[in-house]
Amino acid sequence: MPAFIDFNQVWLKYNPTLDFAIEDVSVSIAEHEFIAIVGPSGCGKSTFMKLGTGLKPPTKGTVTVDGKAVSGPLKITGMAFQAPNLLPWRTTLDNVLLPLEIVEPYKSSFREKRAEYEARAMMLINTVGLGGWERKFPWELSGGMQQRASICRALVHEPKLLMLDEPFGALDAFTREELWCVLRDLHAANPFTVVLVTHDLREATFLADTVYVMSKRPGRILAKKHIDLPRPRDIEVTYSEPFSRIVHELREHIGMIRKS
Amino acid sequence: MQSFFEKHAPTLLTVALLLVWEGTCRIFTIDPFVLPMPSAIWDALIEYRGPIWDHAQQTFWTTMVGFAVAVVVGIVLGSLLGSSQLIYRACYPLLVGFNSIPKAAFVPILVVWFGIGSLPAIITAFLISFFPIVVNVATGLATLEPELEDVLRALGATRFEILRKVGLPRSMPFFFASLKVAITLAFVGTVVSEISASNAGIGYLMMSASSSLKTALMFAGVIVISIMAMVMYELFAWIEKRMTGWAHRGQQSNA
Ligand SMILES: Nc1ncnc2c1ncn2[C@@H]1O[C@H](COP(=O)(O)OP(=O)(O)O)[C@@H](O)[C@H]1O
Ligand SMILES: [Mg+2]
Repeated sequence: MPAFIDFNQVWLKYNPTLDFAIEDVSVSIAEHEFIAIVGPSGCGKSTFMKLGTGLKPPTKGTVTVDGKAVSGPLKITGMAFQAPNLLPWRTTLDNVLLPLEIVEPYKSSFREKRAEYEARAMMLINTVGLGGWERKFPWELSGGMQQRASICRALVHEPKLLMLDEPFGALDAFTREELWCVLRDLHAANPFTVVLVTHDLREATFLADTVYVMSKRPGRILAKKHIDLPRPRDIEVTYSEPFSRIVHELREHIGMIRKS
Repeated sequence: MQSFFEKHAPTLLTVALLLVWEGTCRIFTIDPFVLPMPSAIWDALIEYRGPIWDHAQQTFWTTMVGFAVAVVVGIVLGSLLGSSQLIYRACYPLLVGFNSIPKAAFVPILVVWFGIGSLPAIITAFLISFFPIVVNVATGLATLEPELEDVLRALGATRFEILRKVGLPRSMPFFFASLKVAITLAFVGTVVSEISASNAGIGYLMMSASSSLKTALMFAGVIVISIMAMVMYELFAWIEKRMTGWAHRGQQSNA
């Protein structure tokens, strides 16, 4: 299968006077594949996302997405970050609708088809368990609920690519596991390609098809690990022996980063 | 009983101060040319209500025009400054330098350019009041979370769309807060200019009352101008609450 996202020996400097933020990164992601990138903070994980969405052009090398060399923002991407970044003057529903006011073809028909789009947003809102909260404002929602809304906003325009930058990093362990399952189900129901940046190895192992381990700055891909746990994965699997073995193995790579 | 005092404390204090003032003037028989009694000021207000009304309208509309120009310029300049690091860095020192000039110093220059009349007053009101609006709009825009910007840019949003959907609504609390400050400053600008460069308006009325030694009328002018400024301040405070309630409620929930 041809790669959906292809990083070919990508190097990036933010500033000519600085060192490279990431070095010689080659990654190939298939369509509908769920990959996770793990690594210590400052290693270039967010930088990887900016390259993949076309927000930053590479200094050297090429990034190809969906068969085309990336030269600007892709418009097929949804993004969510650790901070939910909802707009406090909009209700949950209006926050989720925001991308449809910006991306074509929805943008030009937003007024006429508002009811249809609201129905679509409501489906997502119900799927992530936010039903009944759509008229509430962000400050009336808990952190976990805000993050659910943020994920809805990232998916409402049916992007081919979902980029998640430590989306569950600020949540408590129980909420985090709940949202893992939400994300797993969304991906299973309506497949899209996912790049998940995290420093939680259990999270990466539970969700991803492939986990990449990055070295500390300048970021390089140190290891690529295919997770062959069968799907659908239940949260129970995280307590199983093969799961622990994979986490342990990833942990050893991270350990080597620390020593080097 | 306690709650009655608490509730009406500001009114009671005002009445008490007026009584002390009136009493002091009477007991020490202070020359009304130096300090007129509140009752004399009240009499002046009634006696001159016709001219006061005309001059107050002049001052009010002059201030409103200057303020309206300040709002438009403030939004445009603030948006420019807030949406580009380069423009921000280029303009900021200039603006700060400009803001430190006492605006009253412009009045004689404006008279040379535009003569005596409403125009220098409008311009002074504008000059004195646009700065807080610029700074607040620019701050509201410049403090946009970079990640939120990434979310929108990845969707292909243009700079203008980001400004319209996120930047401007986000800077509204800053903007409305600055309007309260700006409207009171605009009254200052108008009156300062009217005092030396106009033949209409409350500032002019006070100047001519001063030269004909009608101290009570001068005090009446001060009261009229402060009532106008206070009413407008309260109006904008009310609008601020109505328009940007989300900002205050958001803070409450974080607290
Ligand atoms: N806008 C920027 N300008 C300059 N340097 C940056 C910028 N963003 C990130 N960097 C640098 O690039 C490196 C990688 O950052 P980042 O991709 O954010 O790491 P991570 O997400 O893994 O924590 C860091 O050393 C960081 O200081
Ligand atoms: Mg990061």
